[in-house]
Amino acid sequence: MAKVESGMSRKANALLDWFDARLPVRSFWETVMTGYYAPKNFNFWYYMGSLALLVLVIQIFSGILLAMHYKPSATEAFASVEYIMRDVDWGWLIRYMHTTGASFFFIVIYLHMFRSLLYGSHKAPRELLWVFGMFIYVALMAEAFLGYILPWGQMSYWGAQVIINLFGAIPKIGEPLTQWIRGDYFISDATLNRFFALHVIAVPLAILGLVLLHLVALRENGSNNPDGIEIKKNKGADGHPVDGIPFHPYYTVKDIFGVGMFLMLFAFILFMWPEVSGLFLEHDNFVPADPLVTPTHIKPVWYFTPFYAILKAVPDKLLGVLTMGASVLVLFFLPWIDRSPVKSIRYKGTWYKVLLTLFTIAFVRLGLLGMAEGTPAQTWEMRLWTLVYFMFFVLLFFMSPRAKTKPEPDRVTH
Amino acid sequence: MSSDDVNKGRRRFLVATTSVVGGVGVGIAAVPFIKSWMPSARARAIGAPVEVNISKLKEGQLLKVQWRGQTIGVLHRTQAMIDGLSKVDSRLVDPESKDADQPPYIHGETRALRPDYLVLNMHCTHLGCIPQLIPQVGPEPFDEHWNGGFYCPCHKSRFDLSGRVFQGVPAPTNLRIPPYSFLDDNTLIIGVSPKGAV
Repeated sequence: MAKVESGMSRKANALLDWFDARLPVRSFWETVMTGYYAPKNFNFWYYMGSLALLVLVIQIFSGILLAMHYKPSATEAFASVEYIMRDVDWGWLIRYMHTTGASFFFIVIYLHMFRSLLYGSHKAPRELLWVFGMFIYVALMAEAFLGYILPWGQMSYWGAQVIINLFGAIPKIGEPLTQWIRGDYFISDATLNRFFALHVIAVPLAILGLVLLHLVALRENGSNNPDGIEIKKNKGADGHPVDGIPFHPYYTVKDIFGVGMFLMLFAFILFMWPEVSGLFLEHDNFVPADPLVTPTHIKPVWYFTPFYAILKAVPDKLLGVLTMGASVLVLFFLPWIDRSPVKSIRYKGTWYKVLLTLFTIAFVRLGLLGMAEGTPAQTWEMRLWTLVYFMFFVLLFFMSPRAKTKPEPDRVTH
Repeated sequence: MSSDDVNKGRRRFLVATTSVVGGVGVGIAAVPFIKSWMPSARARAIGAPVEVNISKLKEGQLLKVQWRGQTIGVLHRTQAMIDGLSKVDSRLVDPESKDADQPPYIHGETRALRPDYLVLNMHCTHLGCIPQLIPQVGPEPFDEHWNGGFYCPCHKSRFDLSGRVFQGVPAPTNLRIPPYSFLDDNTLIIGVSPKGAV
């Protein structure tokens, strides 16, 4: 038997040699996996990157299957989604995979971004890595918005109405711009058809390209770690960082464990609770779009509500749109707003723990208030948390270069 | 030719001019693709002006037509309706329609080219629902001193018989008035302003 096996593996190696002479298979594998040394002290927060990639694959896979049955036409779209749910074999599974995947994408991405706030992963030399990540986040928001229109339910229609009309707040070019986006004088078949094209081709292509740039930039400097120190500064006799371990097999195995845990949670929602009581799939969207009747309570899906609350907190239409835009735009500049000499929250000092706690509460509270009906008291609370949201960046900019920091260790800790 | 002979200035000039010309070319070539996103000829045709024959519209009747996907109402007002408009002035947000979205040739409390024909964009200025015409004068569940007008079932916004919004309702401004004109005594055209008016 052993002889046969070695014969087999000799043949496999010969085949690999044939490929390697024509495509850099082995050197690529070594560069990005076995020869790539990552810090050895990764914790829970470092699962999110690989999980985001997993959700991207789930979305592309389920999306391709959905596109085979879905009809991007104002008269047929709603019925075709119900057709997928009722008549297509396993169609309900594919559709719920896609809707659950959308919400999980944002859960994973928000945790991924929060990790950066914790350990300063956006700071030099990883500024571009963060900026590419922000572009992915904005593209993902566009992708989610476009996809939400496709079932052509009441929330699809009126959500599109509200969001597209936000562009109408821009002086002078606002009205023609909304016409250009809609391709009509109102939300119509033309709008739905182009949003379908953008959702299934244009934005996913952009996301894939950006993910590639994000990963290339990541491998260039290597991952940050919970201590926020550069492991490449401390290399052993073999030329590898003493605090680094090869990505493969160590972190591939760790990430596979993360994938297992994640899929259990994902499957639970998918099979037991796909609507999450109107949070992942809103009740009003099970009613076909009706241009003559507006639902009594319009709100976006949960992952947009913090920004929707910021929009609602400002009494002026144009100023509201600008403030909401600024709340996303400011994140792009985080690497230059955070001027602290150390990266990790572990060594930044108490002031940063207080700031980040307040910022996190503000984001979550804004998210909850964005879903609410909007009483006057809630409006004032939204204004308070909007102020806290922006003050985080202002205070971070002025305090980070001045505040006293704790000494960073030479080697990573656990 | 040795590298000493290279005229760097000329090379830079050529690179710069080629880039500029190429950039302009790309910009011009992009126009068709950007324009392809505008409303198509079919959408424009549906968005074309709409002619409305009003000869059979009796006093007090409301006629609804579609123009650019919007519901447009034409109300043939009675003399009593026109006379009653000023009664509600004190309860309106904007009785003179200063902040209203209406063509510059629309003035005053009647908000019409001819006082007997009111032309309105029927979509509520709050969230776009269609208010109902309730022309009877008398107490209504939503207003004890109802003088006739439009009532929105969605969020209870109220408007008078000129589409002017009452105080204390969610709608921020008076109902919109589209551009329109009279082709002759019996024919309205919606989407075209009167000749000479801007």
